[in-house]
Amino acid sequence: MSSSVKTPPTGQVLAPDPPPPDPASGPRRAWLRLAGAVVVPILTALILWATLDFLRKEGANRFLVVGVALVVGVLGVFFLFWSMNRVVEWLPARFRESARPYVFVGPALVILSVFLIYPVINTILISFKDARSQDFVGVENFRFVFTDESMLRAIRNTAGWIVLVPLVAVTIGIVFATLADRLRRGEAVAKSLIFLPMAISFVGAAVVWRFMYSFRPDGFGTNIGLLNAIKQGLGQEPVPWLQQNPWNNLMLMVIMVWMQTGFAMIVLSAAIKAIPDEIVEAARIDGASEWRVFRHITIPTIFPTVVVVTTYMVINALKVFDIVFVMGNAEAQGTEVIAERMIRWFFIGDHNGRGAAIAVVLFLAVIPVMIWNVRRFREQESIR
Amino acid sequence: MTRKKGGWFVRITIVAVVALWTIPTLGVLISSLRPEELVNSTGWWTSLAHPFRGAEWTLENYRTALSNGGFGNAFLNSMAVAIPSTVIPVTVAAFAAYAFSWMDFRGRHVMFVLVVGLMVVPLQMALIPILRLYTGGATLGGVTLIPDLNLSGTFLGVWLAHTGFGLPLAVYLLRNYIGSLPSSIIESARIDGADHFTIFWRLIIPLSVPALAAFAIFQFLWVWNDLLIAYVFLGGSRENRVLTIALADLVGSRGENWHLLTSAAFLSMSLPLAVFFSLQRYFVRGLTAGSVKG
Repeated sequence: MSSSVKTPPTGQVLAPDPPPPDPASGPRRAWLRLAGAVVVPILTALILWATLDFLRKEGANRFLVVGVALVVGVLGVFFLFWSMNRVVEWLPARFRESARPYVFVGPALVILSVFLIYPVINTILISFKDARSQDFVGVENFRFVFTDESMLRAIRNTAGWIVLVPLVAVTIGIVFATLADRLRRGEAVAKSLIFLPMAISFVGAAVVWRFMYSFRPDGFGTNIGLLNAIKQGLGQEPVPWLQQNPWNNLMLMVIMVWMQTGFAMIVLSAAIKAIPDEIVEAARIDGASEWRVFRHITIPTIFPTVVVVTTYMVINALKVFDIVFVMGNAEAQGTEVIAERMIRWFFIGDHNGRGAAIAVVLFLAVIPVMIWNVRRFREQESIR
Repeated sequence: MTRKKGGWFVRITIVAVVALWTIPTLGVLISSLRPEELVNSTGWWTSLAHPFRGAEWTLENYRTALSNGGFGNAFLNSMAVAIPSTVIPVTVAAFAAYAFSWMDFRGRHVMFVLVVGLMVVPLQMALIPILRLYTGGATLGGVTLIPDLNLSGTFLGVWLAHTGFGLPLAVYLLRNYIGSLPSSIIESARIDGADHFTIFWRLIIPLSVPALAAFAIFQFLWVWNDLLIAYVFLGGSRENRVLTIALADLVGSRGENWHLLTSAAFLSMSLPLAVFFSLQRYFVRGLTAGSVKG
């Protein structure tokens, strides 16, 4: 055990010796440390720059590029924080601890400002400008959003998405969670398999279901899509599921439900299991049927969780893009949605103003949730 | 403690739903292993009738996808995008979360409310300006705020974009977790004379591994499966494109070549499925931690 207080043989505790002069605080040393603290980040930046150029080179060896990318990306971050901490260490002692929080929080704030705050403001500005973002055009882009036929279809479709997908996913989630809770064995496996589609990408899911929906008219070959094969097996005609408007929208929504129900189910299952047994037992002893227990105990108790899950799903459904984008020409099939239209107009239609206006409309739809989130957060904080 | 166990009704319903949920993926897996002519002429379920006939199965589709299809390359690119895009946000967020939980500084509360608000901002709001930033830099009244770094189409550009979009949720979740660590540990460390950086590095990080792991897995899967950000910032060139873009391209160009599509799809799904199966526990724990009320 070390101690900064020396106890003389007599057992008396002396005042500690004055600390030896800090060799690091001489003026020469201070300049060297300052130089080091400044040179290191600059050197890092230069190295990063050089590697950046290397990464951009055409035809460089793939493995090498990937390896360098990984090393730079991962080590770069650690190095950034470490070198910033060194700078703080250089500061005179009384500034050190008040400056340090900004080292911790700084990178996050800078990134958030550059990648979220500034863009939001900028997008709002662009939405009032023309296609090349040169001149102001007032609300022209917004008028387009609310009058163009394709856009109106997109808005209608998106409304359908945000109502149907959460509704179906949460309903199936609750029912499945309740039933799975009653399984004697295999509950974990069952839940895993329902949750599985969450792991795959929207594009992958789109391929999976495109296959399921595969259509060949009678006489042009056997139907290799399961749904149409079943239809033919029942003696009916095969259906071009993805072409028929407006039902093709429902077919696409099925994909999202397929992917997201697992999430709803897992979270709701945890909530259901958290219901105290005593309440349920008491109700059963009083003679309540399973249905009444479900309706009057289960549902109200897990309701807050249901709200949280539904909100999350509504926001996801609002932003749906990949599924619609990958399935082909949305306009031809009438399956447009807001997020997909935004990309179409910005990239393929090359119209900054319209793309931005669509994004702003999406943002406005999300603002109520944002306000609600912040309010809820504030309530929680005041309880803390 | 007894939970009423259901009988055959429960079991049948569960099996039915599970079958419904697994059949689509199963169909793709089976088709990816069948030779081209069979895939195009018969349903995949017919192979189940003769599972042991050699002519039913082949690995040719995977071989084609990996070489000609460029999916091997895309796989590497996905790794190159996903790993830094996970490590960077987790690290940056961990530092910020610690500061928001255990350090005192001006504006701390306001900043965190800002973070909470930003969690819901759709990333579509940020795409256009960031892309223009990458290709042109930012000026304000003639003064160059951010120089033209020409980051469009580079890996660094994608990592930063993913970091930016993933930070609000990361900071929020990690701050909840780190803030709930017992303050006694931190107090005693401070009394022992440790500064915040040491406390963070030696104490908080090891203690926060469950939360860090849960978020890292979530972020990794999200980035791996992402199409939009890769499309906007990395582009679709054959050297640089990630798995999702490669697959989307394939759907567009060879939409009816199911033998190739299914094997390509399965290649893109292989890693997330493996991660999912092996690390499920952390993932689920992370999801349920913040969402359950009561």
